[in-house]
Formats: sequence, C-alpha cells, structure tokens
Amino acid sequence: MRPMVSGQVPGLFGPLELVLEPGRLTCLLGASGVGKSTLLRLLAGLPTGVEFRGRVETAPSALMGQDAGLFPWLSVAQNVGLGARLRGEPADGTQIRALVAAVGLAGLEDRLPAQLSGGQRQRVALARTLAEDRPLVLLDEPFSALDVALRLQIGEMAARLLAGRTVLMVTHDPAEAARLGDRILVLTPAGLAGHPAPPGPVPRRHDAPEVLAAQAALTRQLLA
Amino acid sequence: MRALLTLAVALLSWEALVRLTGLPPYLLPSPLSVAAALWTHRAELAPAALLTGWETLVGLALGAALGVAAAVAMALSPRLGRTLGPVLIVSQTIPVFALAPILTLWLGFGMAPKVAMVVLIVFVPVAQALYDGLMAPPPAQLDVVRTMGAGSWAELRHLRFPAALPRLASGLRLGAIYAPVGAVIGEWVGGARGLGAVMIHANGRMKTDLMFAALFVVVALSLALYTAIDRSLTRLLRARGF
Repeated sequence: MRPMVSGQVPGLFGPLELVLEPGRLTCLLGASGVGKSTLLRLLAGLPTGVEFRGRVETAPSALMGQDAGLFPWLSVAQNVGLGARLRGEPADGTQIRALVAAVGLAGLEDRLPAQLSGGQRQRVALARTLAEDRPLVLLDEPFSALDVALRLQIGEMAARLLAGRTVLMVTHDPAEAARLGDRILVLTPAGLAGHPAPPGPVPRRHDAPEVLAAQAALTRQLLA
Repeated sequence: MRALLTLAVALLSWEALVRLTGLPPYLLPSPLSVAAALWTHRAELAPAALLTGWETLVGLALGAALGVAAAVAMALSPRLGRTLGPVLIVSQTIPVFALAPILTLWLGFGMAPKVAMVVLIVFVPVAQALYDGLMAPPPAQLDVVRTMGAGSWAELRHLRFPAALPRLASGLRLGAIYAPVGAVIGEWVGGARGLGAVMIHANGRMKTDLMFAALFVVVALSLALYTAIDRSLTRLLRARGF
C-alpha cells in the first residue's frame, strides 16, 4: 500500500497530496513551521493540535524524532526492546543484541541513556525503530541536533539499515535530503513540489558533484 | 558548618537575653534550662517521642498510599480527574487544625485520630504532585509509546508513572515535613500521650522549659524523618537514571 495524506490545514498548508512510495525513502524538506511535522504526525496517527480536513491512509508505523525519546530508567537493550515491553510480549534478546550491534553500540547494552552521548542516543533510537519492524518508518528531523560529522555518519547508517522499507524522513537540511532521499519532496507555503533526486543509490556521497548540485538547487527552492 | 555556627550564635544570644533581662523562666526559659528539662524529663519525653514518631510514620505511609492511589485513579479516568481535582484544591484551604476535635469525636482518644490528621496533611501534596506528573509525560517518549500501540494502562505503567517519580518524591518530601505537625496537633486536641500532650500539660502547669524541650524533640524528629526520606528518595531516583 501507499501511505498518503490528502487534504489541508487552514492557516498552515493548502490542499496537497503526499504519497509515499513503498520500499523507498522519501525526504520531505521544508523550512520550520511549514507543516512537515504535522504531515508526519498525521501518518503516525498522533495528535497534531491543528484542524486537518482531508484523508489519511496509513499503516502501523515506527517513529524516531529529533529527541531520541529514550526512557532514562531503562538500559540500552531495554529501550531497544521497548515495543515488546509495552505490549507485554517477551523480549527477543537475540534480535535486540543484533540491532544494538548493527548500530555500532555492541557492548553498551546495559548502559543507561544518561551515560551515552547525543549521537549514541540517536543510534539507540534507530535500533528501537528497527526493532518495531513496522511497514512504515517515520523519521522527524532525527539528526538535526547532531554535529555535521555525526549527522553524515548516522544518516548513512540509517539509510543503509532502512533500505527497502517505506520511509518518510522530515528534514530542514537540503544536504541531508540530497544524500539520503530516494525521492525528494519540498514543502513551502506555496505547496508540495517534487524535486528530482540525484542519481545513484542512497546513501550518496556528501561531496559527489550531483549531490552538491541537488543541494544547491534545493536550497534555492527553499529560498524562493 | 555555617548552620552550626548560626545555631550557636542564636543560642548564645538567647541565653544572654534571658540572663540580662531577668525574664522569669515561665515566660522564656534559657537554652540551658531547656537542655536541663530535656534531661530531667527524659522518662516522659522518650516514650512520647516514640509514640508521636510512630503515629507520624503510620500516617505518612497511609497518606502516601492513598495519595498515590487517588492520583493514579484520576489519571486513568479523566472524568474522575475533572471531578476530584478541584476537590483537592478546596480541601487544601481547610485549616486541618479545625478538624482535630471532630476527628477525636469520631475516632476516639487512641492513635486513630492522630494518624488520620497526618493522613489528611500528607494526602493532598502527594496526590497533587503525582497527578501533575502523570498528566505531563515527556512529549517525545509519549509519541513513541503511542505509535507502539500501547494501551492507556501500559502507557501509565511504563511511561507516565516512572516519569512522574521525581514529582512524587517532591510531594513525599513536603508530606514528610508536615506530617509530624499533624500528629502533634492530634495529640494537642485529644490525647493523653505523645509530644503534643506533653506540651499542652507543660503549658498548663507553667512548665515552659518542658514545653520547649518537647518542641525541640518535635523539631529533631521532623528533621530526622525528612533527612531519612530525602536521602532514600534521592538514592532511589538516581538508581532509576534520574
């Protein structure tokens, strides 16, 4: 199925249609306050605090935000297995260890979030998102609080680990969209517009000429 | 260290004031005579302190348990929250002192009315603090929990309640400070035993030094209780990653 939002929020955005391609990573790029997160929250089935008029077709989703949203009283492993814990299902220790290793945190399973760096916390959130194994993955500016090097590194890791899944990634960073988006959509007060993604599979090199060109074009589109 | 110094200066000025003005001991006893009273009346004060301490602990435990139960019930049922929330506020405006005689009338002269006073005093701050915490879970975690398809009970148990523990701890600390006062008021009004009763009798017999000695024991008891609760709460919270 194609998760989609079709409708408008008076005062925020006019009539628009956001459709996600199955198995692809769609980057939704836009300035702060244009309603990117509102669209994502509509797909997540979360309260938006605004009046949406329209239709949402979505699937069970896994969410990762700018704030990792880890539980400070749970260990890394317990945070990764949070979904099972909440639903009263037995934790799958093997899967959890594999995911913690996949995000490069092997050996830190018993740490508490307070003992981790910001980048490590986002990695735990990524592992938790993967552990949910939902048909739709929603990323709400997941790396925007990280420094440039970490943003590149963890963004690449996320794109690789999420390959083949239906993903919506909201970002305000044109470089991130150019590197990580199979598809790129730009949301401005004028509406939602598609933008051709640079060639090649994601994650793309941050300094590839086509990526840099796309980044410049996207920035122009945001400034227009 | 600075606190000890302040205390020493205060005691010295008090002693000097009494000696210089020649105030009679039934108006203001000197610190030395209070200390002497503490020692001579130890056979009376010690069991009284034990009783008051016991009433305080039982009342604190009961009041905290009731407060937690009320807050959780209010968080689970929005209708109950809307109904009971204002009642909590109104109940705080009632001077509990005024209730002591009627509690004695209802519950007799034993331990029950004193414990009930403590419960009344402890219940509201605990319930209010925990309820506020339960209603304000951290937003990022709440979003994650909701997309994971947790029911409202799992949401409460795994997120709202643990996240509200620091608020609950604040409520308990407040409760621990006020709790001994509740027990003393109860003993004042309707009791033959306990520190409150010792104070009332000492006042009636113009034994102001004994009154002050009992007051000193109340303060020491309250401070000990508060420190013990504060330390164990801090340790518990730290162990949970706060």
